[in-house]
Amino acid sequence: MSKFQKKQANTKQQVPTAAMPDIIFMLLIFFMVVTVLREVELQVRVDFTRADNIEKIEQKRLVSYVYIGPEILGGGRYGDTRVQIDDALIDDVYAIRRLMYDKLMEEPRLIVSLRVDQQSEMGIVSDVQQELREAGTLRINYSTLRGAQAPM
Amino acid sequence: MKLKKRSREVAEVPQAGMADIAFLLLIFFLVVTTIDVDTGIGMQLPPPPDPDQEPPPIRERNLMNILVNARGQILINEERASLVEVRQLVVDFVDNANRAQDPSLSEDPRQAIVSIKTDRQTPYEIYIDMLDEVIGAYRQLRDEASMSEFGIPYRQYQARVSREDNVIREMYPQNISLAEPDPGS
Repeated sequence: MSKFQKKQANTKQQVPTAAMPDIIFMLLIFFMVVTVLREVELQVRVDFTRADNIEKIEQKRLVSYVYIGPEILGGGRYGDTRVQIDDALIDDVYAIRRLMYDKLMEEPRLIVSLRVDQQSEMGIVSDVQQELREAGTLRINYSTLRGAQAPM
Repeated sequence: MKLKKRSREVAEVPQAGMADIAFLLLIFFLVVTTIDVDTGIGMQLPPPPDPDQEPPPIRERNLMNILVNARGQILINEERASLVEVRQLVVDFVDNANRAQDPSLSEDPRQAIVSIKTDRQTPYEIYIDMLDEVIGAYRQLRDEASMSEFGIPYRQYQARVSREDNVIREMYPQNISLAEPDPGS
């Protein structure tokens, strides 16, 4: 009667799950390495402007940021335009020279990324640029988003 | 004598939950991670001016003066222009030697200098729009040169050669001068 029973291989149809934790761990370690947990706490508002002819900064290690924008006062109000480097607001523009010079000594291939609010005036941006020239940090990058230009 | 056989308890940490814990951590880092790439307009600032040294003389025709005031009005070599025209004007000016050969425009792309000057009150946004157009003009020129010389777009060419061997870059060196802004009104 059971002559015609199919002969079936006795293998279990199961994906081996033994290596799964290893794979998960590998992914986990990747994301742990990639993650930057602590970003600088912004004390000025920076709304990026847009541009088309932009380039990527490949080496993020070389980048140091300078933020320029209206100071956030809380409650949705904004104060005068200020300059922020790392975690501190800069009162005296001339202090930038020494600060950036120290950074340049640590990393000779430093790129300064200027993150400027689109409403800021050119006067303060130019002052910062003059200080960067004096400090010798000549490679700069105007941080912008990709996209069509804002209508004028 | 009879020894009481006692099954020894196996001291083992349960492994089944490990994958779950790893998953949990993985999801946390997945959520936290922002892989954002910094993009922007790269520029090279000139070194600080030397007070003892006179700036090198520049012939009038090799300099293109772009003035942008606080209201975004543009003056190119004393003539009014609008932002959409800027790119073509810069292309004509820089590449004059290979195009119209107008005696009032630049002698050679290598000597051409584009100077951008703003008022102190000019919004940053307007300045970036301006700079974007000028960089776009240079990119167009480099692309054209790269296509006719090597048959590939400039971006591909740039990736293939080192900075020193980049002949297109040498042809169109992108001399942009950022003048100190006027105090304005």
